[in-house]
Amino acid sequence: MNEEFVQGPWNREVNVRDFIQRNYTPYDGDDQFLAEPTERTQALWQQLSELMKVERERNGVYDIDSKTISTITSHEAGYINKDLEQIVGLQTDAPLKRAIMPFGGIRLIHTELEAYGREMDPVVEHVFKYRKTHNDGVFDVYTDEMKRARHAGIMTGLPDAYGRGRIIGDYRRVPLYGVDFLIAEKKRAKKEMVIDVMDSDHIRKREEIAEQIKALEELKVMAAKYGFDISRPAEDVKEAIQWLYFAYLAAVKEQNGAAMSIGRISTFLDIYAEKDLAAGKYTESEIQEFVDHFIMKLRIVRFLRTPAYDELFSGDPTWVTESIAGLSLDGRHMVTKMSYRFLHTLVNLGPAPEPNLTVLWSNRLPDNFKRFCAKTSIRTSAIQYENDDLMRVKFGDDYGIACCVSAMRIGKQMQFFGARCNLAKALLYAINGGQDVKCNNEQIGPAIRVLAKDEYLNYDDVMRNFEEITDWLSKLYIDTLNIIHYMHDKYCYERIEMALHDEEIVRTMAGGIAGLSVLADSLSAIKYAKVKPVLNDAGLAIDFITEGDFPKFGNNDDRVDRIAVDIVKNFEKKLASHYAYRRSKPTLSILTITSNVMYGKKTASTPDGRKAGEPFAPGANPMHGRDVNGAVASLKSVAKLPYDYAEDGISYTFSIIPDTLGKSEEEKICNLTTLLDGYFLENGHHLNVNVLVRETLLDAMEHPEKYPQLTIRVSGYAVNFIKLTREQQLDVISRTFHNKM
Amino acid sequence: MEVYGRVHSFESFGTLDGPGIRFVVFLQGCPLRCRYCHNPDSWATNGGTRISVSEIVKKIDSCRNFLRSGGVTISGGEPLVQPEFSYALLTECRAKGFHTAIDTAGSLPLDQTGKVIDAANMLLLDIKALDNELCIRLTGSDNKNTLATLDYCEKTGKEVWIRHVLVPEWTMTSEHMEKLAGYLKKFNCVSRIDLLPFHRMADFKWHEMNMPTPLPGIKEPDQQQINSAKEIFSTVTGKYVS
Repeated sequence: MNEEFVQGPWNREVNVRDFIQRNYTPYDGDDQFLAEPTERTQALWQQLSELMKVERERNGVYDIDSKTISTITSHEAGYINKDLEQIVGLQTDAPLKRAIMPFGGIRLIHTELEAYGREMDPVVEHVFKYRKTHNDGVFDVYTDEMKRARHAGIMTGLPDAYGRGRIIGDYRRVPLYGVDFLIAEKKRAKKEMVIDVMDSDHIRKREEIAEQIKALEELKVMAAKYGFDISRPAEDVKEAIQWLYFAYLAAVKEQNGAAMSIGRISTFLDIYAEKDLAAGKYTESEIQEFVDHFIMKLRIVRFLRTPAYDELFSGDPTWVTESIAGLSLDGRHMVTKMSYRFLHTLVNLGPAPEPNLTVLWSNRLPDNFKRFCAKTSIRTSAIQYENDDLMRVKFGDDYGIACCVSAMRIGKQMQFFGARCNLAKALLYAINGGQDVKCNNEQIGPAIRVLAKDEYLNYDDVMRNFEEITDWLSKLYIDTLNIIHYMHDKYCYERIEMALHDEEIVRTMAGGIAGLSVLADSLSAIKYAKVKPVLNDAGLAIDFITEGDFPKFGNNDDRVDRIAVDIVKNFEKKLASHYAYRRSKPTLSILTITSNVMYGKKTASTPDGRKAGEPFAPGANPMHGRDVNGAVASLKSVAKLPYDYAEDGISYTFSIIPDTLGKSEEEKICNLTTLLDGYFLENGHHLNVNVLVRETLLDAMEHPEKYPQLTIRVSGYAVNFIKLTREQQLDVISRTFHNKM
Repeated sequence: MEVYGRVHSFESFGTLDGPGIRFVVFLQGCPLRCRYCHNPDSWATNGGTRISVSEIVKKIDSCRNFLRSGGVTISGGEPLVQPEFSYALLTECRAKGFHTAIDTAGSLPLDQTGKVIDAANMLLLDIKALDNELCIRLTGSDNKNTLATLDYCEKTGKEVWIRHVLVPEWTMTSEHMEKLAGYLKKFNCVSRIDLLPFHRMADFKWHEMNMPTPLPGIKEPDQQQINSAKEIFSTVTGKYVS
């Protein structure tokens, strides 16, 4: 182990946090030290940009290796340009060539290949005559009720046909300890496991550790193909980045997870950089070069996915989320020079959606850093912000964000991702006695009293029915997730990611809701205005006539904001009352990603005035055009949603035109910084910040070739605007730009 | 005793009406009829919503965490047409520790407005035109009270940001601009000059109110024209111009 570092418990056990806390150097200065891209960096990025241009021209997929089942060791070493690359390693043998990962479901591979005009390889097909997949397992077990609810779209986006993701391996363990130490620790843990009764839990756990050890062995083999021996710890910053990247690379070779986040690595890496700078081993420019090359690799992580998947999560996202800054438990801030270097890649290489750079914000971060973030946001719209003061209390100072808003202790916690259910539709079930007017009036939920025939909807009646519907839905939802995750563990286990976790971990079962603002406004309309149902032939409400005005979410008006708060609290409590697989803890997120468009499509007209098929607002956003008191009032409403009852995250996407932020550049930076401080002081959880001109987006729709790197933040992640479907582009444009006269 | 007034609307994220992030209260009613007005719906004194000072202060106070480097601006309409309401609102806000500003055209006599001005931390004073005849043609009123308001601020040491709308062919001639700049130069109370280029984004409001398109034939100034206007004001006055 490296003896130049301050020693501690981390020397005797796997404890990355202890290593960081004893060794990192907080940085209070400004961005003046940052280095420009080197010639090598520029040439390499140029080369990649050209490849990505071809990728777009080929309908979004550059190439597919349809013959090789992807594993950690399946492919030989691949390079972009061996002479230029300072950090190496690709998912397959060539950049942007996508691999097949059939353990999630062989049928999906069929669909994916078909979508891009490729044929299924007979050998691969043959293998899966004898090997069952996650998808097969789930559908063997689903009940009819589950299939109906899934088909009706009251539960949607479930990870039963794609990899669940949202698991963050502690990739830092590989550079810090070397793989051999990690294998030895896993072997010891297996040996020392205390077993009373050899039941299925214990058997599964022993099998999992065995798989983890095999995956670690394979990791060494993979690195050796590139000429590196990572059985030992890394010795300098270049090795640390390379070792860490290999660990991450193994994960994205093995798993096509929806979100493959990387954790909280920058401040960890800074410790090596500081040591090398002090010793004169590397210059600032060289270190920035390693970072730039590493980030390029993270920008070209690719998975093969179906068109149906793209409809849910548009823009080919991978959620290589990296969590930056935050405070340590002893009160020091955790901003280091490496925090700056990571964000600076948005300038050196231009903006990009990946990696998903996430700043853990606290009022106590140094002013210089806050201003640097605001400046970079205004310039690139590529950063998201999350409330460290809120999360640190629950998750300590070594947590990271998986996907968009899900905090978890690195290496000590994972989640069973549960997508979300459509609560706006649940309201319509409450009115229509569990029948779905979008599915030929089919009885999907419990057959309760139909309220649609009442002349005006009565708030108390609607609430009573809504209780019944959500009682039913919450149970069905958790049961469905139990099946999905049982099968995912069984047929598509994340071997290398879990090898980089402790043996004893916390598991959460992450439920979610879509349509919060539609539901809150609808209930507000029923309560404060008069809502008359419009019936179809079957006597079910297909539309509503609303007489009078009513308070709308997003205006800092407690009359409706409290309704939204209660919805969140009540649904979380319902989820928490059910048994979740592996005794995981049910949690809740208010996040839609881009699926708000698809949910809207599947939902009939709602009492708030939203017409059938119109998109929901994304995440926890107010419905667009209804927040009429300006951005602060809107942020205030969203900040009231209780994080304690939505521990998996509350996503708010904030878009503003530059002129509305202030007159001068300096004013814009100050106002954005103050806005972020204000939102997080109010206990807001997450904020996407877009600083964009509407005209730019319109132009980019017509002339995508002019905007290859135009990045915008949508609920919880960033995308290349030109990679969104046209429908989603229009949704983004029509949504609230906080833009006053 | 509760003071009530008529309010046009609120903007909780005002970034262009005074320093920092500001909670802007747009009051209803204005005596001027500026040809380029972008809020003609705020003219009628009997329009808007009747609301009490304490209710507004409660709204503002709930946004406190966002207003730490900014404050509260009362705008309009013309806020000084409701002097008692404005006075009460400003006084309450200052008592709560907020920085306060009045965004006014200063078109009312000082014997009505002096006390209100005293109650604010600063003024955003919109000088429509220095040339009195031009001012009348542009707004329907003369500029006597406006200039007296500026003198009053100079006398009492009240900080002022001047605002001035640049209308091509009307106020945006170099002659007018140089004259106004020369006039402003001698005021120590003026710490900044905000130039507001005429725009057509409010035409739809005029149409909604069944009024003809304002200033037909006048184009929005381009960036180059705006830059040279800024140049004139900053060279002549030596003050910060934005």
